[in-house]
Amino acid sequence: MVLDLHAGRGTGRLVRANPVAKVLAAFVLGLGVALSDDPVTPALVLGAVVVALAAGGVTMRVLLMRGWPLLVSAASLGLTTLLFSDTEQPWLTALSVTVRVLAIALPGVVVLVTIDPTDLADSLVQNARVPARFAYASLAALRLLPLMAVEWRTIGLARRARGVDAGRNPVAHLRLFAGTVFTLLVGAVRRGTRLAVAMDARGFDAVGPRTIARPQVVRRSDVALVLGAFAVLVAAVLASSALGTFRPFWA
Amino acid sequence: MRGLDLTIEPGERVLLLGASGAGKSTLLTALAGILDLEHAGDAEGRLTVDGVHPRATRDRVGLVLQDPETQLVMARAGDDVAFGLENRAVPGPQIWHRVDAALDTVGFPYGRDRRTDRLSGGEQQRLALAGAFALSPRLLLLDEPTANLDPVGAGLVREAIAAIQRTTGATTVLVEHRVAEALELVDRVVVLTPGEGVIADGEPAEVFAAHGDALAASGVWVPDRPLPTRKARPAQPDASGGGREDLLVADRVGYTHKGGDRPALTGVSVRLRAGEALAVVGPNGSGKSTLATMLAGLAAPATGTVRATPRLAGSDSPVPPHRWRAHVLAARIGTVFQDPEHQFLTGRVRDELAFGPIRRGEKADAVGRRVDDLLDRLRLTSLAEANPFTLSGGEKRRLSVATALTPGPAVLILDEPTFGQDRRTWVELVDLLAAHRDSGGSIFAATHDEAVVASLADRVLTLGHDRPAPVPGREVAA
Amino acid sequence: MTHPHEPDIADRGRPTSNLPGDQVPTAAPTTWRTVDIVVTAVIAVAFGVVFWAWNHLWTATGPAFTAFPPGQAFMYGIWLVPGVLAALVIRKPGAAVFASVLAAAVSALLGATWGVQVVWYGLLQGLAPEMVFLATRYRRFGLPVALIAAAAAGLTAASLDWFYYYRPWTTGWLVTYYAVLTASSVVIAGFGSWALTRSLAGTGALDAFPSGRERRPV
Repeated sequence: MVLDLHAGRGTGRLVRANPVAKVLAAFVLGLGVALSDDPVTPALVLGAVVVALAAGGVTMRVLLMRGWPLLVSAASLGLTTLLFSDTEQPWLTALSVTVRVLAIALPGVVVLVTIDPTDLADSLVQNARVPARFAYASLAALRLLPLMAVEWRTIGLARRARGVDAGRNPVAHLRLFAGTVFTLLVGAVRRGTRLAVAMDARGFDAVGPRTIARPQVVRRSDVALVLGAFAVLVAAVLASSALGTFRPFWA
Repeated sequence: MRGLDLTIEPGERVLLLGASGAGKSTLLTALAGILDLEHAGDAEGRLTVDGVHPRATRDRVGLVLQDPETQLVMARAGDDVAFGLENRAVPGPQIWHRVDAALDTVGFPYGRDRRTDRLSGGEQQRLALAGAFALSPRLLLLDEPTANLDPVGAGLVREAIAAIQRTTGATTVLVEHRVAEALELVDRVVVLTPGEGVIADGEPAEVFAAHGDALAASGVWVPDRPLPTRKARPAQPDASGGGREDLLVADRVGYTHKGGDRPALTGVSVRLRAGEALAVVGPNGSGKSTLATMLAGLAAPATGTVRATPRLAGSDSPVPPHRWRAHVLAARIGTVFQDPEHQFLTGRVRDELAFGPIRRGEKADAVGRRVDDLLDRLRLTSLAEANPFTLSGGEKRRLSVATALTPGPAVLILDEPTFGQDRRTWVELVDLLAAHRDSGGSIFAATHDEAVVASLADRVLTLGHDRPAPVPGREVAA
Repeated sequence: MTHPHEPDIADRGRPTSNLPGDQVPTAAPTTWRTVDIVVTAVIAVAFGVVFWAWNHLWTATGPAFTAFPPGQAFMYGIWLVPGVLAALVIRKPGAAVFASVLAAAVSALLGATWGVQVVWYGLLQGLAPEMVFLATRYRRFGLPVALIAAAAAGLTAASLDWFYYYRPWTTGWLVTYYAVLTASSVVIAGFGSWALTRSLAGTGALDAFPSGRERRPV
């Protein structure tokens, strides 16, 4: 059981782009598409995104590897819509929802695949004025993630060794789960407290500005990326309006 | 602590000793200027570093703590060393030069981009030292830097400390329980006592000569003091004509961790016998913990088998332990994990001890009497109502061994049982284990601690790649 | 794996004020210490692991339950725990938002299905309880406030789901969804977080925080 945050990153220009720019682009597309209610606008955005990704070096293989849960969930969502909604054209509505969800989430999944957490923290601090203490404390906590994942398994084994397991009983599973959460949290809070001491001992709570070891620059291509996301959105809305299919969610 | 009077001159290298609770860690955090007086209770007297309040000199002080995992901040080694430099506003262009110099001084074996979660404990600690060194400290404070490390890692960390001392000439205050090995890093020993201040101060040889007995009794690992031996009595041939009976047999077991590039274990065979303590030793990564997990019925071997004999498991004998239900497993094979807190299930010490028996349906008053008796033997009676998580390290360890033993298993499996313990707890623990062994149980301990091997083990199994030549009594994995 | 070694002294409990446990006499200082930030972050990251394990647990019951929103609604409360829990433990303004955003980001990093959009969920699901605690001027952290805060988080989550995914649903289904989700939130994220905080306090782990200073000495 290996929780690896760095696996499967593609290569290419998209990886080298500024992290905050990438996140912003994904947000713009996601929010924009969320505001529309028809199937055409999201489909256009989705198409444009896939093409842009291919150009940016994110292979289909990487996309599928990371994106298959999204496909499954989107399909299941379509199915649910069919069952629980009450519109004149149920299949069209279901399709529309499915495509919308894909269009909203896909850029976000891609962004995840091409971002390194340290780079993101640096970029948030340097380019987005996020307070350094919160960004780097988050990074430090994130470092403990694989450790805590292993610890989750160890706690389960430790409980089995004491004679506690769950078998088929769902209530027993929940109790075991809750107990494991508790033990994990005790360890987590203790670790956090010690980590805070160590960080302060290295000057983390010093007053005054920090210097920068890993500069994160905003290039013209990064600005273009964000503007491009807006452009794609606007173009899709215009095209959809021209086709007569556009419908914002408030309509 | 109270009434502490102590002066340390620039460049001195001091070892702080004392029983648990004497205030060693408190003193170090106070010197580092990060003692949180809000929660520390009352403070009296004066503490100065370079003549001023410690808060003012924090940028000249380096502090290295015990647990490497909670000192590292960044995902990559070089970034972590740079972290402190960024905090202290070292100009950008200078940062990476200093990072490289620091990594070099401590003998860090990798480059800047090495991921910190792929480092061994010793490598992580050296990285933490690099982080402290990069800030050019004039005072180096080290709180048990090798406590969580295997002997090899500990040695490399001590070398790194020595290198830093040579390079910077910094004043050093070291708290270390592996006293014998720490002596090469210090010139002066200061002994603290709980509730009072300094009771001894001077050259190591003098201090140990004058106070050695008292120190050893209070738990300090005074060098050159022999530890009690607890070997099994020679086996009487029993009715079947053999020596001791097998309880658990592993036959050519192998295992590879998911995502691992090499197998953790290949083709290891071992027999656990009644009335016998077996220690398995070997360097980090040789598979000791993996073997322990499989013997404990907590993981299935990828190759080979683990089998319980009828004496241990009765009619369940053909079923491998990893398929037994947990309550059945706990009654036959007890396992003590490295971190006692992982095994705590209740909010009271008394309930922890009663857990196993009550689960099996024993009557409440019989259980109550057993628990009282256990509390007495473990010297935990005054803590019966306390939350197990609030106990000291040694108390938690005793409690976790006891809770593993209350369901009455014949086999007891332990993973690094003596890690980081003081002398007193160590002796108590070895006594506990010997008592189980002498009453017919079997002990299997994966350990780095040579003292456990020397004192308790009746047989030794060595895992790993550099295997020594066979020695009588010491088995080598086939 | 190294063994986290605590200082070898027992920590039996510290006598505290005589005030009822859920009330702070004066306004707590609002500046965030390093330990406040780091522990909030670690709680959020720990819940990243919990969410992942939770998903594992439920995939065992079959895709019918997990992939279907009604099934998800019953269990939704767990996703809302980090925000409420962090506020109850740290008791500083912004704790709920910070923890919630970070937990969402971590679950995204761990390969969650929905990409960075979950950060919006984290933000709004954290803001809702934050508003509740703000309304009490960050002075009340007992069970009633926890339940209300969790309810607010639940309503917000349901609304986000409606906005993103469930707009075509009939009113009947929507109301059911809202009700089940909010109930789940109140039980798991409200009562659960409160109980968890008290149990954590009993272990001594929270001694650096106001929530931990209400232990009784032994």
